Amino acid sequence: MITKDDVIRWLQRYARLLEEHKEYLTELDAAIGDADHGINMNRGFEAVMAQLPSWQNKDIGTLLKKAGMVLVSTVGGAGGPLYGTLFMRMGMAVGNKDALTPEDVVKMFQAALQGVKQRGKAEPGDKTMVDTLTPGVAALEKALAAGEDLVTALEKAVTAAEEGMKATIPLMARRGRASYLRERSIGHQDPGATSSYLLFKAAYEAWRELDDRPS
Amino acid sequence: MVSIVVVSHSAKVAEGVKEMAEQMSRGRVSIAAAGGLDDGTLGINAQRILAALRTVYSPQGVLVLVDLGNAVMSAQMAIEMMEPEQRAHIRMTDAPLVEGAVIAAVEASLGRSLEEVKRAAEAAANMRKLL
Repeated sequence: MITKDDVIRWLQRYARLLEEHKEYLTELDAAIGDADHGINMNRGFEAVMAQLPSWQNKDIGTLLKKAGMVLVSTVGGAGGPLYGTLFMRMGMAVGNKDALTPEDVVKMFQAALQGVKQRGKAEPGDKTMVDTLTPGVAALEKALAAGEDLVTALEKAVTAAEEGMKATIPLMARRGRASYLRERSIGHQDPGATSSYLLFKAAYEAWRELDDRPS
Repeated sequence: MVSIVVVSHSAKVAEGVKEMAEQMSRGRVSIAAAGGLDDGTLGINAQRILAALRTVYSPQGVLVLVDLGNAVMSAQMAIEMMEPEQRAHIRMTDAPLVEGAVIAAVEASLGRSLEEVKRAAEAAANMRKLL
């Protein structure tokens, strides 16, 4: 079971990864955007981290929804409504639980993907977050359906997400500021696809040692 | 009377557009500015848009103007957070921000409907400045 503390550690790990990759994300965004994705995501997650202590006694769904609400008012760029929706939909899918089964985790990530697609109206191939989230979620679903444990399933999701992220390099952007560049967006990895990959990576890294925990 | 919400990545731009629109409507139209982030930097803040909507909401309707495309998603989120019966009376427009807001304020002050105000604001895209 994924406990509330595990979810908190996931968010903390994600905030740390965003901090470590701040310049990298901004550079990617400088190539095909307005050069602020790293800065924006960091601002958003710094705000989430600042409020996290006051959410300690909330259930997991509420915690995720509150994180989403903070992001819509602090990220600033397109990542605000997109990640805001992502986290809010995860919160809605989870509901007022204090612990998650592997099935709950899959449903959570499925809701995240649906939310992002509905909000941004992107499809796979548009060179966006959806290009990472789609294979990541698919790998998670497939692994769990095949009877793998959550940590193994997440490892596969991270690999698939990484491939999806890299697959954005040759694509021409069809959403966001990058789409104004048209052919000039080809040859650059999408920043949103990159920060989405880090979300899977953070979950895997935060929950990796669960293998050793008695179930 | 139809009211107006001005959304921009810049607080200064949103405030300035509100000021200009208020001048054109002699202060008779409710106009709220929703620009920039809480730390003073450039960006769109959906909570700020929601606060603006709540401040000026009128059952006659609210027209929401935005500066750039990526403000649309945040404005949509803010509208979704309004009551269901209020959402039907809120419309977003593709109109240019400054010109559209000014025209919308004039039309709203004349008691025009939300649809009419929206259409007039959008027609601003075709207006030439140089003769």
